[in-house]
Amino acid sequence: MKFTGKVHKFADNVDTDVIIPARYLNTPDAKELATHCMEDIDASFASRVKPGEIIVAGKNFGCGSSREHAPLAIKASGVSCVIAATFARIFYRNALNIGLPIVECPEAAEAISAGDAVSVDLDTGVVTDETKGLTFKSEPFPPFMQSLVAAGGLANFISQDRGCESPKAQAGSRRLSP
Amino acid sequence: MSMTMTQKILAAHAGKSEVHAGELVMAKLDLVLGNDITTPVAIGEFPKFGREKVFDRTKIALVPDHFAPNKDIKAATQCACMRAFAKEQGVVNYFEVGHDCGVEHALLPEKGLVTAGDCIIGADSHTCTYGAVGAFSTGVGSTDMAAGMAAGETWFKVPSAIKVVVKGRFRKWVSGKDLILHLIGLIGVDGARYQSLEFAGDGIAALTMDDRFTIANMAIEAGAKNGIFPVDGTCLEYLKEHGAKTPRIHAADPDAEYERTLEIDLDKLEPTVSFPHLPSNTRLVREAAGLPIDQVVIGSCTNGRLSDLRAAAAAMAGRPVAPGVRCIVIPATQRIWIEAMKEGLLAKFAEAGCVVSTPTCGPCLGGYMGILAKGERCVATTNRNFVGRMGHVESEVYLASPAVAGASAVAGRLAEP
Repeated sequence: MKFTGKVHKFADNVDTDVIIPARYLNTPDAKELATHCMEDIDASFASRVKPGEIIVAGKNFGCGSSREHAPLAIKASGVSCVIAATFARIFYRNALNIGLPIVECPEAAEAISAGDAVSVDLDTGVVTDETKGLTFKSEPFPPFMQSLVAAGGLANFISQDRGCESPKAQAGSRRLSP
Repeated sequence: MSMTMTQKILAAHAGKSEVHAGELVMAKLDLVLGNDITTPVAIGEFPKFGREKVFDRTKIALVPDHFAPNKDIKAATQCACMRAFAKEQGVVNYFEVGHDCGVEHALLPEKGLVTAGDCIIGADSHTCTYGAVGAFSTGVGSTDMAAGMAAGETWFKVPSAIKVVVKGRFRKWVSGKDLILHLIGLIGVDGARYQSLEFAGDGIAALTMDDRFTIANMAIEAGAKNGIFPVDGTCLEYLKEHGAKTPRIHAADPDAEYERTLEIDLDKLEPTVSFPHLPSNTRLVREAAGLPIDQVVIGSCTNGRLSDLRAAAAAMAGRPVAPGVRCIVIPATQRIWIEAMKEGLLAKFAEAGCVVSTPTCGPCLGGYMGILAKGERCVATTNRNFVGRMGHVESEVYLASPAVAGASAVAGRLAEP
């Protein structure tokens, strides 16, 4: 999977409360959550972000609550990938589980500026800042994890694996379908 | 090979004689937990895992607590979704508002649902609370919860650990909250990222179970995967008293490897407060005393237990809540509420001018029951003070112990007990 997009830059310790404030957690609907994505750290983010754009942040991105609504909101807002120096543990797991591509790369997180055009190749782990002409290498995910992310997350991955196409499974996949 | 306590529990649940840090293991689960925010998302994912029924209807716990009693129609819809799933699946441990309700991490130990040696996941980051009873217990998201409900097992990366050696005894008015805030201040909000915080040392004997619950609860605020205490007489007595399953005691090997070892001298700790907007932004209360406040919240999975209410009431010492300050007291479970009522604590709070609420997470995560306006300041016994956590993005939350919260409520300012 490859992505190219303009960068929205954030600092260290972006917590899940600012990614999606709890006052909006009375719905599991990803599209609705996306309208409030990053609202408490950047009030205009949800209205400015365009499909395919990339979030770049410092260390411990996604710390705090276990709310899966956080990566869901980011994904549904159109963001193609999150690059951070480090991720908080639960967010890291949740992002992969719902099929939000993430890249851990401290050097890229440090060097890339807001507004830069950046491309990410998940297969190789290479991050390129096309504006600055810089290239960074991160540890690529193993093939199974890339397939899991491409499938849209763990549940879809397992569901596909089993060839599960029951109506109930279809109903269940409603929330995550692109 | 020597192992930490966490590693031993994971090895036992993975059917292995030993595991090492960094290894990926598939481990059997003793309990899978969810609340009214995270469970509806898990219910949406559950059918994709190909099982009609949950793996064991006695090993699922569903707790409506975050926005329950229902704060609005959408919250009501989420609670109804969870209630229907619990009924359809025959989930034994569903806890209805009123009847036997409570904030999940205060409720489950009280109900005897967690015991030493357990391997537990919960779709709530404060699931790490059960390390207080010697369980491996960690927060996950809704998809992991759904997978856990379907399969009864999940994968973990075996964590390395930080050893926290505790010695001495608390001084008066100092408690588990001060210890954990101090520790987070010391190592930072990602200081234990991906690691276990394993507590050890003679000082543990002087910690009450409620202290341990508070400390383990906030392990996540240092980024930890789990926080865990050795199983001692105090713990075993607690488990027996609450009708918990037979404990399986695992102790860290004396030569277990730790990433680092820290020492905390309880005698030297003082009432501590976390300033906005990170739990690691700690100061001593005496150095920050006098800051005017608008609200006090006493409750949550961190500090809503009976001893917390007693400490807050003792610090208030019969004095009324200061004019202009709203003090909201939220006993964490129905049982705590009833016991506090019988002890006369609720009457004391109400007569002092506090609001006494039914159990709910409510204001802790900015849900309801005490949301802050722009520019307002709150001293709270809760666990997070991120931007906008309890309301407006320009409001401020100061994390502190129940004693500091009680003293501050009557002073109208951040105050030492």
